[in-house]
Amino acid sequence: MLQRLRRRMSGTKVAMWLIGLVILGVVIYGAINTLVWGDYTLTQWLDLSIYGIAQGGIYALIALGYTLVYGILRMINFAHSEVFMAGPFIGYYVATAMDQAGWFDSGWGSTIAGLAIILLVAMVVSLAIAVMLERIAYRPLRRAPRLVPLITAIGASYFLQYAFLGLFGSNVKGYPDIDLLKGTWNILGVDVLKTQVVVIVAAVIFLAILYVFVQRTKTGKAMQAVSEDKDTAALMGIDVNRIIVITFVVGGLLAGAAGFFFALLFKQVKFDMGFFPGIKAFTAAVLGGIGNVVGAMLGGMFLGIAESLFPNLVLDGVCKWGTTGCIPAPYQLKDALAFIMLVLVLIFRPTGILGERLATKKA
Amino acid sequence: MQTRGANTRFDLSPAIRIGLIGGIVTLLMCLIGIVEVSDARAVIYPFLSMGQTLLLIAYLLFCSMAVRRMLTVSGGALSRLWVVGSGALAGLLISVFLAGLVLIGNWINLRAVFVRASPELYRLLTFGLELVPGIIARLLAGLILGALTGAVYLLPERLRRAVVVGAALIPLLAIIASAFFAQRGLTPLAALIVFVAGAGVTYLWSGIGGPVRQRIADLPPSRQRSYKIGRIALAAAIVLLLPLSGSYPSQVLDFVGLYVLMGLGLNIVVGFAGLLDLGYVAFFALGAYTVGILTSPEIQWATMEWFGFQLTFWTALPFAVLVATLAGIILGVPVLGMRGDYLAIVTLGFGEIIRIVALSDWLKPYIGGSNGITRIPRPAIGPLDFNTPGSLYYLIVIGCLIAAFVAIRVKDSRLGRAWMALREDEDVAQAMGIDLVKTKLLAFATGAAFSGLSGAFFATMIGSIYPHSFTLMISINALAVIIVGGMGSIPGVLVGAIVLVGLPEILREFSEYRLLLFGAALVLMMLTRPEGLIPEARRKIELHKAEAETLDESGEKQITVPA
Repeated sequence: MLQRLRRRMSGTKVAMWLIGLVILGVVIYGAINTLVWGDYTLTQWLDLSIYGIAQGGIYALIALGYTLVYGILRMINFAHSEVFMAGPFIGYYVATAMDQAGWFDSGWGSTIAGLAIILLVAMVVSLAIAVMLERIAYRPLRRAPRLVPLITAIGASYFLQYAFLGLFGSNVKGYPDIDLLKGTWNILGVDVLKTQVVVIVAAVIFLAILYVFVQRTKTGKAMQAVSEDKDTAALMGIDVNRIIVITFVVGGLLAGAAGFFFALLFKQVKFDMGFFPGIKAFTAAVLGGIGNVVGAMLGGMFLGIAESLFPNLVLDGVCKWGTTGCIPAPYQLKDALAFIMLVLVLIFRPTGILGERLATKKA
Repeated sequence: MQTRGANTRFDLSPAIRIGLIGGIVTLLMCLIGIVEVSDARAVIYPFLSMGQTLLLIAYLLFCSMAVRRMLTVSGGALSRLWVVGSGALAGLLISVFLAGLVLIGNWINLRAVFVRASPELYRLLTFGLELVPGIIARLLAGLILGALTGAVYLLPERLRRAVVVGAALIPLLAIIASAFFAQRGLTPLAALIVFVAGAGVTYLWSGIGGPVRQRIADLPPSRQRSYKIGRIALAAAIVLLLPLSGSYPSQVLDFVGLYVLMGLGLNIVVGFAGLLDLGYVAFFALGAYTVGILTSPEIQWATMEWFGFQLTFWTALPFAVLVATLAGIILGVPVLGMRGDYLAIVTLGFGEIIRIVALSDWLKPYIGGSNGITRIPRPAIGPLDFNTPGSLYYLIVIGCLIAAFVAIRVKDSRLGRAWMALREDEDVAQAMGIDLVKTKLLAFATGAAFSGLSGAFFATMIGSIYPHSFTLMISINALAVIIVGGMGSIPGVLVGAIVLVGLPEILREFSEYRLLLFGAALVLMMLTRPEGLIPEARRKIELHKAEAETLDESGEKQITVPA
């Protein structure tokens, strides 16, 4: 009987691989076809890539929040996308107030100070939301069956989203234009939007700080220990509750920063802006191997780049025989990529690029 | 006066804490606008609006929580004065928050940030009085309400329950009355009658209810069966007669029915088999789109020369169910080996992919893109046209009955027990000889079939479908329905759908806050009553076993969470 079961399992495995291979084949064929037709110039590809890197930095910062919490609590913090949304949302009010007070048109000193203050506000607000979530919604459920905290997280996510809608209205809130960040810089012969440069540099700095924090500091090591084995960590004198709160604090800070960068890039905030970045960041975390800090960073970057190239590179060429492809407006399908990628990763390498196998039974 | 030592007598911190929490919650309720929006509806005309009632309910809830907490903390030995006093304290604290909002709102323009902090809200909070008398009135009202709540706890148990039920009936009946019959809710006299009748019946029933039930239980089996049949007949008559109350109530009932159908399907996937599926809307959409594509004359396919076809609703229905079922299996295969939370995200992704693809220009000629599919015909049997919400209701009820029948029959079958084993522990289930692949795929397929059926009804009921109708929200709604009702419980689905779909549908002004309330309901349910309103017996035992284990352990051990 066991043999029959094994034969069945391998049958579905084969089916899964077949599905995966077909998708992979389509992707490769589309990419080659696009390149052969050569509709896009090198500059265009570079622009898309840089945009992707900036986007990827944001995904990486959010993904870290998922990965850290997952590493320790073995749960997907579904409401993390709202943690990401809350920071820049409140930051918007600070930003408009500063704009009216003229902070952004009186020299670069006050502009930078203003941006730093908005960043700080965004990070603190996100932190507060994250810690409140942990305290109110997750802590009482640590011992509950595994579906219970997940459903709570989904509920909390919706509650926060629509509480923001009710409190602050449903309209899109435009961030003020900042003169200092208008236009482009020429870097190595390529014109790059200033905001993108700032976002990439800042994201890399944040990622580096986090890496050092987790790898070098005592608290960071304690976090690693707790995610490895809670009981043993507790026996070694680590205050597990404190570490869990710190994890949410770090995740919240990074999400707030990511939200601020998102607002810089796209110049607007809305109550439901967290949904797609959140899902994609989660995909990035899985891509890099959930629970793995470096993996989340790489996964985020990879997803950002892949996402900005995918519609033009793959979908355009998938069925191209003349001047137009058979998929009009391929960018509309951009958001589907993250999900397709997630499914592919879970089929082919559930461990992610760098992680251990967690997607299946364990934990 | 009790003398339990200064410690217990003067430790008011539980009441203060609950009062503060209540204040924050009430403040949030005001600022998100739910109080102001519902102010247009009257509960007791002309004295009490729905907005005031919401505030009132919040006061009563938090004050009674404070009193109860104080009673438990003091071990039931709280002096009468403090029972009333702790309630009054909590009520006063809530009022302080609201009064503070009015004060600050008068001083600076809060509206620049909080869009709902309007003069109307302030007027509502100060009972339409000037600033200072209004604030004093608000504070006094909190004090008195809290004290009254406390005083209710001084009543004997039986009388207290009667008062609570009577009071709760007033807003409930007022909502129904204002939605369907009169625009103004209840008159003061009607409210008084409702209160007295509700309280009276409850009081009497709590005296004679037990003996009556005992006597029914003592009856011979044949008589008992006729009682049961009588009850079922009564329920059936109510269900069948409901749509006669008009077109608008029937429409509400249709939506409730659709969610019952979806909930029954999702209940199999999530409640029985424990596979958290957040992409449930995908199958709903596939069912609706299949019917739309096959029956609407608008789609390119229908006008193609060599391929032209156009089915009726009835011939398209099997295809809709089939397509959804196949999609369930196809989605099921790649996620077979995945754990709960991964499964949730991947299924969510699947639902979104379907919507994104339906919305894109790519498939526009075939499925309408963002313009959707319109002119979907209504079903008909011979001369019988199901073209009113009332008549469609009967179709949906039949669908629900079939689904409920399948769910009930399957639940205790070998397959149903295999699902539950799977839910509890996959590894053990496999070791017991359960074929994981077959069992999981069957769960996905059955759930998807019900959802597809529901989608087909939806398409023909609305007459036109758009990608925007199939957002993640539907999945979350269906999930909330089964969780509030009780995961794995079939009557729970019905109750969940009535509470979560019917009630917001009646309270139109709440539609904006629907997801907010669902989110809050999910969190509160999970925190306080994870087994749902009408729990399935087995699940309740499981959840409370886990709880009992937690209680066994000392607080110190709480951190030793198994990974």
